[in-house]
Amino acid sequence: MRKTGFVFDQKYLEHVTFNGHPESHHRLIAILEKLKSDGLLEKLVPIGAEPANQRWIEATHNIHYIMRFEEACIAGLPDFEHQDNSICRESYDVALVAVGGVLKAIDAMMAGEVDNAFCAIRPPGHHAEYDRALGFCYFNNVAIGARYLRKNYGIKRVGIIDFDVHHGNGTQKIFENDDSVFYYSIHEHPSFAFPGTGREFETGAGSGENFTLNTPVLPGKGDMEYRKKLTTDMIPAFKSFQPEVMLLSAGFDGHSADLMSEINLSAEGYKFINRTILNLVNRYCAGRVVSVLEGGYNLDVLPRLVADHLRALLENTVSWSADDNR
Amino acid sequence: MFVSETMATDLITVGPDTTLKEAKKLMKENNFRHLPVVDAAGKLVGIVTDRDMRDAHPSSLLDEESYARTYEQVMEHRVEEIMSRDTLTISVYYTLQDTLLVMGKKKVGALPVIDEDGLLKGIMSTRDLLRAFVNIMGIGEPGTLLCILVQEKPGQMKKIVDIITEENVSLGSVLVAKYWDREKRAVFPYVMTQNVIRIKEKLLAEGFELFDPMSWYLDQLPQKR
Repeated sequence: MRKTGFVFDQKYLEHVTFNGHPESHHRLIAILEKLKSDGLLEKLVPIGAEPANQRWIEATHNIHYIMRFEEACIAGLPDFEHQDNSICRESYDVALVAVGGVLKAIDAMMAGEVDNAFCAIRPPGHHAEYDRALGFCYFNNVAIGARYLRKNYGIKRVGIIDFDVHHGNGTQKIFENDDSVFYYSIHEHPSFAFPGTGREFETGAGSGENFTLNTPVLPGKGDMEYRKKLTTDMIPAFKSFQPEVMLLSAGFDGHSADLMSEINLSAEGYKFINRTILNLVNRYCAGRVVSVLEGGYNLDVLPRLVADHLRALLENTVSWSADDNR
Repeated sequence: MFVSETMATDLITVGPDTTLKEAKKLMKENNFRHLPVVDAAGKLVGIVTDRDMRDAHPSSLLDEESYARTYEQVMEHRVEEIMSRDTLTISVYYTLQDTLLVMGKKKVGALPVIDEDGLLKGIMSTRDLLRAFVNIMGIGEPGTLLCILVQEKPGQMKKIVDIITEENVSLGSVLVAKYWDREKRAVFPYVMTQNVIRIKEKLLAEGFELFDPMSWYLDQLPQKR
């Protein structure tokens, strides 16, 4: 059994989106209830969140953008930059604590207090760009975490795996020119799914060329295609990149019951994703992984998938023989 | 919708007296395959393509020395000697649809755009056309494609647009395609949002069918006998 950290804060429930918005606080409430009833919560190491130091936000986002977001919340505007990005007066403060939660999880893992961690945070982050909010995202939690690992801990190579059903345009763009952060995303094909980026020919730019890898999957292809692509695309990519720490953009919106997508993954498919990623992490990152919640909107399915994900993190003892995938 | 909004207007042109040497240099430097030839008033008199240039080259069968010598002589000729004069042109009032059709029909990669007086106003290439269609389809901006099957009867499209409008979502484009079942049509609205759950629920409640685009693709494959 591993020591798995768990980030949650009541503050995360205070980012209240408009009635009927899929990215609601009910998502976290449902996750928490499930973890309690499954007896998982008591096995996790609680990690307290606190607002992130603004300097870490500024290391990834434009200062004027940060101020615009804060002002929109203070002014009580209904949304920020697009009607998808529903906000309330508390949203800015909640977003700071969301980033803070990721940084705390990284601290705990780097200090050896936990082996790995899951951050049950919101708002999500992977669509947020340097100076643009998009798709329910304001601050790019995972991107800020990756910069934090680089600058605060001197980690040379950070891997990011994004298995949210949507492409993480924000994370990709932020690290487009960066050869110290490898961004891998598997998602529903951009001709069908939001936000319309993440084609296989988007591979990074400048010195970051070939440090971005996208695997778009056509609608309805589900488990089989994910099995194939994770094995043929993801594993070799990280084998050659050799990340020291892995961050996950963990989205659970590809399930067949989630109306947000048409990819038709099953719970078994998600278990395969968990297992494959953790094998990779054991092998190259000494098991060091911080997983961060992104999407997942079906309130019946999301808690089950998160519980499975946490079980995988807790029971992450799968060893990987030196002969596999060499 | 008119070519004048999309065509390239920062043109590099040559006069009829320009030597092939100069013309070739210009094409190479700017990576052009077409060079419009205009008179002193700016009126289009012809066009030189990289193919015209190649046709003017000496035979590759010549030995190296005579090739070089002939090549130098050839390059001193003027473009009006090799340019095509009966150039296919389009008017500034051509729509993108006109251009799409004429380019397909005449198999050309670029067309000079001229006004009523024959003055050269721009060039419309397939690349410009592609850019225009990315714009028309709205796919340069974040959004989601919906795949809806509708009965072939009046008023269906209005219902779809109403549902999208009720959710306060902007529409990037709508494509309509034939379906194997002639009673039905496939409609693909590109909506500028990630939040498609309520739209999908409302469409289903209205009796629309959300279909798997991949099954549609398979239905279109030629059947083996």
